[in-house]
Amino acid sequence: MEQGILTAIRTVPLDHYVLLSFLLFGIGAAGVALRRNTIIVLMCIELMFNSVNLLLAAFSAHHSDPRGQVFVFFIMLVAAAEVTVGLSILVMMKRIVDSVDVDQMNRLKG
Amino acid sequence: MAALFYILAALSVISALTVVGARNPVTSVIALVVCFLSIAAHYVLLNAQFLAMVHVIVYTGAIMVLFLFVIMLLNLNKPDGPRKSLAMRLAAAVAGGLLFITLAAAVRQGVQIPPAAGFDPGVGLVRSVGHVLFTEFLLPFEVSSVLFLSAIVGVVMLAKKDKDGTDQATDITEAERARRAA
Repeated sequence: MEQGILTAIRTVPLDHYVLLSFLLFGIGAAGVALRRNTIIVLMCIELMFNSVNLLLAAFSAHHSDPRGQVFVFFIMLVAAAEVTVGLSILVMMKRIVDSVDVDQMNRLKG
Repeated sequence: MAALFYILAALSVISALTVVGARNPVTSVIALVVCFLSIAAHYVLLNAQFLAMVHVIVYTGAIMVLFLFVIMLLNLNKPDGPRKSLAMRLAAAVAGGLLFITLAAAVRQGVQIPPAAGFDPGVGLVRSVGHVLFTEFLLPFEVSSVLFLSAIVGVVMLAKKDKDGTDQATDITEAERARRAA
């Protein structure tokens, strides 16, 4: 099993991890623009965070440098804090305008 | 083992598309859980065992439960009504696709990724990650606890009500909220 994982790191080219990560990032970015439900917009942001995490972990494994994985750890910390604040803003929004539609949030529009 | 990567990659892309495309928010959450689990499997495949465990615990265990909790709390577990116009949706999909094509083309044409020098299989284990985390990155690690403290204080401030039921963040009174709900 472990030997298989080690050969997998060597045989799967780094390019393919990069492409997968870009694909996930593109899907997340499209989702942020596509959806009106705030909770799904937040989930798409999580998706983009995770694509970047995957990229950092892949580069870290291919370069045998644990610093990249420490960065992923910190991104996870920031994402957790971001989600708690984002969801509490969502609850406030539901309380104030009784909707979770992002298009309702236009009071700061010039 | 290399074939496993492509199966997992297909799984993550399909579940990510489901997150964006599903009409019911609960379906989106479940698809995102599948996507996160497949990314955790990618971490195992990269021999980043510490990351795989932390990812499952933090994302699938904590964050997605929080999302489901909020969906159930706010009664959003039904297909959402209003959608963006077809032109807007098409534009968003094209923009996302173009972003991917631009990034992929930049990597294909311009950036050369150098091959790894010496290969160390133990790099993703708890021992090496923990050693770097608690020596080189000790200060950021401690600062992140301050970040969490400020997040906790901020969330409590947002959700707190006064004794008479007025929201602290918005100054909306109990009576005003009842009027709006009616």
